[in-house]
Amino acid sequence: MGGGVRGRVLADGAAEGRALVLDEPLSFWGGVDPGSGAIIDARHPQLGASVNGRVLVMQAVRGSSSSSSVLAETVRAGCAPAAVLLGEPDLILSVGAVVAEELYGTRVPVIQLRAGDLAAIPDGAAVSISDGGEVTIR
Amino acid sequence: MAMRLVVRAAEVLGAERLIPITRAHVDSCLYHGEATVDFVERLIDGGAQVTVPTTLNVGALDLLHPELWRGDPRTAERGRLLMDHYRSLGCQPTYTCAPYQLPFARPAFGEQVAWAESNAIVFCNSVLGARTERYGDFTDIACAITGRVPDAGLHRTEARRAVLVLRLGDDVPADLRDSDALYPVIGIVLGRRAGSRVAVIDGLPPAASEDRLKAIGAAAASSGAVAMFHAVGSTPEAPTLDAALQGGEPEEVVVIGLAELRAARDELSTVAGGGVPGTPIGTVSVGTPHASLDELRAIERELAGAGPAPGVELLVSTARSLLADAEEEGLARRLRALGVELLVDTCSYIAPVLRPSPLPAMTDSGKWAFYAPGNIGVEVVFGTLRECIRSAVTGRVWRDADPWGAA
Repeated sequence: MGGGVRGRVLADGAAEGRALVLDEPLSFWGGVDPGSGAIIDARHPQLGASVNGRVLVMQAVRGSSSSSSVLAETVRAGCAPAAVLLGEPDLILSVGAVVAEELYGTRVPVIQLRAGDLAAIPDGAAVSISDGGEVTIR
Repeated sequence: MAMRLVVRAAEVLGAERLIPITRAHVDSCLYHGEATVDFVERLIDGGAQVTVPTTLNVGALDLLHPELWRGDPRTAERGRLLMDHYRSLGCQPTYTCAPYQLPFARPAFGEQVAWAESNAIVFCNSVLGARTERYGDFTDIACAITGRVPDAGLHRTEARRAVLVLRLGDDVPADLRDSDALYPVIGIVLGRRAGSRVAVIDGLPPAASEDRLKAIGAAAASSGAVAMFHAVGSTPEAPTLDAALQGGEPEEVVVIGLAELRAARDELSTVAGGGVPGTPIGTVSVGTPHASLDELRAIERELAGAGPAPGVELLVSTARSLLADAEEEGLARRLRALGVELLVDTCSYIAPVLRPSPLPAMTDSGKWAFYAPGNIGVEVVFGTLRECIRSAVTGRVWRDADPWGAA
């Protein structure tokens, strides 16, 4: 990715962390324990992994509209992902991130990337996101 | 903050402007942790009030029958506080997932509204022909306060066009097409096949009842992200197949045969063999989405003067305002006298209300069958309302004459 790629900002902010590339879409409601950040969806292939501090990479978000609340709750509890990188725009997580910033002053950038840029991020890579949606693999 | 959220929603959805709404239905009143309380308290501190008539979705507990709560008292207290807070913003304390069953809350054809709760969103768009996008926590109340929504998605005519045709196969028997057993099952298939696309179902008998269309929508919004469907001859934007397609060509036509329907039906039961007649059950839960008055009357009819078998819990979820109607006509008293538990304001897969039982639970709801095993850890047997009620009376799975044909 070299100097980084620019994505579409759904919720702005700067962050860095190690990528957690999800093999399947995840619903935060029913899928993430808001007290620990652990993935608890029994049908998800990455059951047991934690989103806490990770740059979450997934093509799409699945399911419940209550996921906004669950994302905000992970921010309150200090176990939120560092950022979320998506292949499709998602209102539910974007609004959850904006509310978390309003309430707790913590930003979780949510960025939409082109398919090729998203696929180029290896699991575990160190990723940084700067204000305005620039995503760099370091 | 409310306007900032609506504007953000417009940016994410790519809308160029905001349009006014006439009503809202808000799901944010269900407790998901302290962030949900912090959010509404911020709105209250800012002096916010809703500016359009706004109904509330289910909350964490039954405020009228708090003695049914079997969980941690602290969670009940915070859940109750959240429900009260939303009321103080000017929302009506309806606490139902089926606001379309309340005469005063039903939008007219073509009305622009902001509804949350997946099954209500589908019903609003598909059955009432009113227009809402998929709104969720925080956004729903922000729209209710500002009285505005982004001019995007299903608010616009072109997005309501069916792009997928689901045609019932010739091998689907006529008896099955007119059986309650089919509707939640076809909803599960619809959700799987459509994802978030608008689909039209072709081949159902015309003029399907609202309760049957409710069952399709609730199941489809569980197995997929369906926000709108058409059923030719039943839903208002599909008097004909061509009308549902808005005169265009579908992206895809899929024939749904009996084998696919049977497989979807079998997946709704988690017990081995799908719940053959005679299987002992401990619980029957119906009313997801909340039971209509017609369904409450049907439950009394099927009970035929009998109550649930000893040790079997028969729980019916409904809206508090429909319970009030049922009280008025004596129906609620008669049901209780037979041993039926009536739950309002919440749902039996959200609130810890069911008596613990080592035996499976039976339901007529595709949505309940989909979520209850994960949420409350029960084994599920799926059946029609009649099968559920008669099974409750005998304490063992009872099956109707089989409309599915020999396998």
